[in-house]
Amino acid sequence: MAGAVSSLNRKTGTAHAATSEAPWVRIVLITTALTFLALFLFLPLVVVFKEAFTKGIDVYLASVSEPAAAHAIKLTLIAAGIAVPCNVIFGLAAAWAIAKFDFRGKQFVITMIDLPFAVSPVIAGLIYMLLFGRQGFFGPWLGEHDIQIMFAVPGIVLATVFITFPFVARELIPLMQEQGKEQEEAAITLGASGWKMFWRVTLPSVKWALLYGMILCNARAMGEFGAVSVVSGKIREQTNTLPLHIEILYNEYQFAAAFAVASLLALLALVTLVLKSLLEWKAAREHELAVRAASAQ
Amino acid sequence: MSEITATALASASPVPSAKKRWVKKSVLPGFGLSLGLAALYASLIVFIPLAGLVLKSLELSLPELWEVISNPRSVASYRLTFGAAFTAAGINLFFGLIVAWVLVRYDFFGKRVIDALVDLPFALPTAVAGIALTALYTTKGWVGQWFWLADIKIAYTWLGVTVALTFIGLPFVVRTVQPVLADLESEVEEAAASLGASRWQTFSRVLLPALLPSLLTGFALAFARAIGEYGSVVFISGNMPYKTEITPLLIMTKLEQFDYAGAAALGTVMLVFSFVLLLLINLLQHWSHKRTGG
Repeated sequence: MAGAVSSLNRKTGTAHAATSEAPWVRIVLITTALTFLALFLFLPLVVVFKEAFTKGIDVYLASVSEPAAAHAIKLTLIAAGIAVPCNVIFGLAAAWAIAKFDFRGKQFVITMIDLPFAVSPVIAGLIYMLLFGRQGFFGPWLGEHDIQIMFAVPGIVLATVFITFPFVARELIPLMQEQGKEQEEAAITLGASGWKMFWRVTLPSVKWALLYGMILCNARAMGEFGAVSVVSGKIREQTNTLPLHIEILYNEYQFAAAFAVASLLALLALVTLVLKSLLEWKAAREHELAVRAASAQ
Repeated sequence: MSEITATALASASPVPSAKKRWVKKSVLPGFGLSLGLAALYASLIVFIPLAGLVLKSLELSLPELWEVISNPRSVASYRLTFGAAFTAAGINLFFGLIVAWVLVRYDFFGKRVIDALVDLPFALPTAVAGIALTALYTTKGWVGQWFWLADIKIAYTWLGVTVALTFIGLPFVVRTVQPVLADLESEVEEAAASLGASRWQTFSRVLLPALLPSLLTGFALAFARAIGEYGSVVFISGNMPYKTEITPLLIMTKLEQFDYAGAAALGTVMLVFSFVLLLLINLLQHWSHKRTGG
């Protein structure tokens, strides 16, 4: 904090006082912002790791490697491994139609894509329960054919897909709209096939945004709790994902173990943030190069 | 140039004139395939299930429906959910503006790391946030103990719910205000200053009105997110009926008691509200774009 203030004072000097704030105002604002972020972001993150190691490294390692935890890790990876590719395909298709064509009702379609962001995760779970649960619309039929969706892996995957539905599309649509369609039109009029145009022109120009969307999608898929907790039934070593495993441990007062498993997900969050910053930096640099190249011509 | 060729080609290409009018002609391929695929997927995953929810709640007769929606326990849960979400969004409005301001306008040590950390609530699973915030804000926690000295309990009260919802909504105001603030022309501020406005007058009369649409958008996004939140709240709230039970949890309880229609009725209430908020947010963003000319 002291370092922050001193470097600040050096920079402030006396220059353009009319359009900047007095030094004491700056210090108060920076301190307020940092205190707020410390209370709500930094300390929660620190406390996860502190609690995870309260009973020593042995308990930590045992908690994250016991069979129930290992199974939860596996299931979480499966759910994310299905949800992310599904939403990538959807995101590319939706963004292509929306960004490159003019059609009536486009704004409505864009709004609808956002819907899963606005719906409570509990409702996301509930809707599948109403469709596929034992008392649901398809419940009797599924029962006759011995197909289990609720309280089983397919339900968990469905709920995860719903929750992460908009992520990739939301990243791609604005970027592809901004890029326009001249390049693709040029490729097509020069005789490229649709797929060739897609692989050679469209995909390379949106690759960073696509990756960005995938990373966010993945983080949410692995961390989803509410929706999955409705449909999973929370059966250990069967339908328990990592976040649900944390809840079970926590409710059994195995706090150190709960926080140990939580620390894995906190690490995932940190890795996500680092990758996200890297991608933002990379995309900004490429954008800058493109602008410079365009102005040089 | 390329645009002209493209349009010329498009109009010359032998597209049958009976083609549907709602889509403009284009040389680009794959419209039918991509929109069809997207629409099918969206219908299967999102729309049909959501329609099922509304249908299910209609299985109840009107008086029954009204009973579920308006019974005291439900009303208490709405009051908590909306009250805490509103308070949390308000906290985020105020502090989010300060954080965005500090990140855009000032330089200090560790700024880039802090900037990246603002997105933590998007990346950190809600269950992890829930247990971490609970550990911090109980009467023995690092933060909670200081409030406990003043006889204020945070975890397991509505304050705890508000803390969790503040965490969840934190990035929204910062991330909607930040780019708008960065794009503001410095000329306007200089003009205000040279006309004799004090710094505070410039801020409240010139900058704040320009930031208003993005501030409101951020507020609405944080509010919408907070209303539906479940994962982080269940750990910190204590889940006492009538006191610290949020509506999503009440839905969960009804499901566990196999009261599917009741759960669907409450779910529909929340869904309608989410719809309205989503519409409002879209209008706000539209307004905000018009104001900034972007």
